Amino acid sequence: MATTSTPPVEHRPTASQITLRVNGAAHRLTVDHRTTVLDALREHLGLIGAKKGCDHGQCGACTVLIDGHRINSCLTLAVAADGAQITTVEGLSDGEQPHPLQRAFLDHDGFQCGYCTPGQLCSAIGVLAEAADGHPSHVTPLPGTGSGAPPPGSPVPLTSSEIRERMSGNLCRCGAYTNIVDAIEEVAP
Amino acid sequence: MRPFGYVRADDVETAIATVATEPDARFLGGGTNLVDLMKLGVERPGLLVDVSRLPLTGIDPVGDGKLRIGANVRNSDLAAHPLIRARYPVLSQALLAGASGQLRNAATTGGNLLQRTRCLYFQDVSKPCNKRAPGSGCPAREGIHRDLAVLGHSEHCVATNPSDLAVALAALDASVVLRGPDGERTVAATAFHRLPADLPERDTVIAHDELLTAVELPAPPPGRSAYRKARDRASYAFALASVAAVLDVQGGTVREVRLAFGGLAHKPWRATVAEQALLGAPATEESFRHAADAELAAARPLRDNGFKVPLARNLAVRVLASLADANHMPQLGS
Ligand SMILES: Cc1cc2nc3c(=O)[nH]c(=O)nc-3n(C[C@H](O)[C@H](O)[C@H](O)COP(=O)(O)OP(=O)(O)OC[C@H]3O[C@@H](n4cnc5c(N)ncnc54)[C@H](O)[C@@H]3O)c2cc1C
Ligand code: SF4
Ligand code: FES
Ligand code: FES
Repeated sequence: MATTSTPPVEHRPTASQITLRVNGAAHRLTVDHRTTVLDALREHLGLIGAKKGCDHGQCGACTVLIDGHRINSCLTLAVAADGAQITTVEGLSDGEQPHPLQRAFLDHDGFQCGYCTPGQLCSAIGVLAEAADGHPSHVTPLPGTGSGAPPPGSPVPLTSSEIRERMSGNLCRCGAYTNIVDAIEEVAP
Repeated sequence: MRPFGYVRADDVETAIATVATEPDARFLGGGTNLVDLMKLGVERPGLLVDVSRLPLTGIDPVGDGKLRIGANVRNSDLAAHPLIRARYPVLSQALLAGASGQLRNAATTGGNLLQRTRCLYFQDVSKPCNKRAPGSGCPAREGIHRDLAVLGHSEHCVATNPSDLAVALAALDASVVLRGPDGERTVAATAFHRLPADLPERDTVIAHDELLTAVELPAPPPGRSAYRKARDRASYAFALASVAAVLDVQGGTVREVRLAFGGLAHKPWRATVAEQALLGAPATEESFRHAADAELAAARPLRDNGFKVPLARNLAVRVLASLADANHMPQLGS
């Protein structure tokens, strides 16, 4: 890993050796600095679950969890994620046993072509954790407003309007939205 | 994309010194705007100095009721912080009205304030654009400008600033802390972003080698606050117009008011004319409408964005009216 004591720009390396811990396994790889986490996963590690929809943060198909937080892997440089723990859709199941959320997507027809699904699943895992941690959304009532506002820091109930707002960063060209919301609602506490 | 060097900064001083000696170095925060612009060829840095791991992550009281927010506090964490939720609801609401859950998890406070305009010509290197290529012209003025400015634009640029956070900070009289090789300075949020005038390439007053280290919020003003944003879809879209407001009403009279518009100008537009008109006036819809109209009288809409003027006016009236309705909004500082 380069540090701030390295030489002037024209002599600086444009690639670095990094470690990504993906679904529990550590991978040592050399990446051109232009490589995003999405491209590192797909091109270097052969994990093609995370999808490239727009490559500009506009669709959510590339969503993975980095150190437990959902992010758009197309806008995250791999070198900047050196040392991070990454969970992709390939890491959600317990062996052959699908994650309850994957089961719910199947049961509710939460997809059609399936292209957006890995991103939807990783994003929904993030939503469940954020709501459990008491993170508000745009539709969460403010504290002190009476109208069913959860006390600050306590878990936010995932109503369908909460799920819709929180999942707005994941587009679905097939329009499976209502079934996706149903699937997440089933798994939400 | 041009190949580039990358260093992860270990401390603030080295990060600043590194960028100071290299004209084509850039600070990297969450990367959600910078990496996007690098893919588009709009930004072509030779070196990224990653400041996202610097320990600028506190949200700390610093006396006199002030709160200091480190530049690396993620947008999602800032919006969720109990002190922000309770005392500065306008700030939490503004952040949560922006981008998506994924983007807010990555985006930093500093990066958010320094994100560039979403003007389509700025993002398209095959087109002229005074902001990207000074002197090349402004095709937006006669071209696609539905999302662009109605206030404070110049013949050189009609872009809008896309940050929702910046609008709330303008209404809260926040300030921005900048650290350069020669020390630190504090700039009022309202003076941080600038109007385009004849220098559209400069969005803000920050220098190349200055690191945004913190945002300071003064003690919450009396009254209640709220943010409201109008956009083309209900979520995950930039503002066509937005309003951040703080209002204190005593005995039916406006005692204190702060109003800022987003989506209308090259910077968050602090509505001082409207504020003057409202101080001491009865807290009625009629006063709110009159005040908003007085502010927006300065608007010079382009061919396709005239709708923003009544949109902004109506948003302001609705937000102020809802704040005046004491029973429905939380008291600041409660
Ligand atoms: C699809 C999409 C929708 C979006 N919708 C919205 C929206 O509705 N509302 C909204 O407000 N935003 C929206 N955004 C923008 C988003 O909020 C910004 O991209 C984000 O806040 C930038 O923060 P960052 O940390 O990722 O910055 P970066 O991309 O890392 O940096 C942005 C700029 O700031 C500079 N910089 C970063 N940190 C510092 C520092 N500490 N000191 C000095 N310079 C620094 C960088 O050099 C760069 O020039 C959207 C973005 C996308 C992709
Ligand atoms: S409005 Fe500004 S950013 Fe857009 S094309 Fe004109 S000069 Fe460029
Ligand atoms: S591919 Fe990353 S958001 Fe579309
Ligand atoms: S299932 Fe086809 S894009 Fe969502």
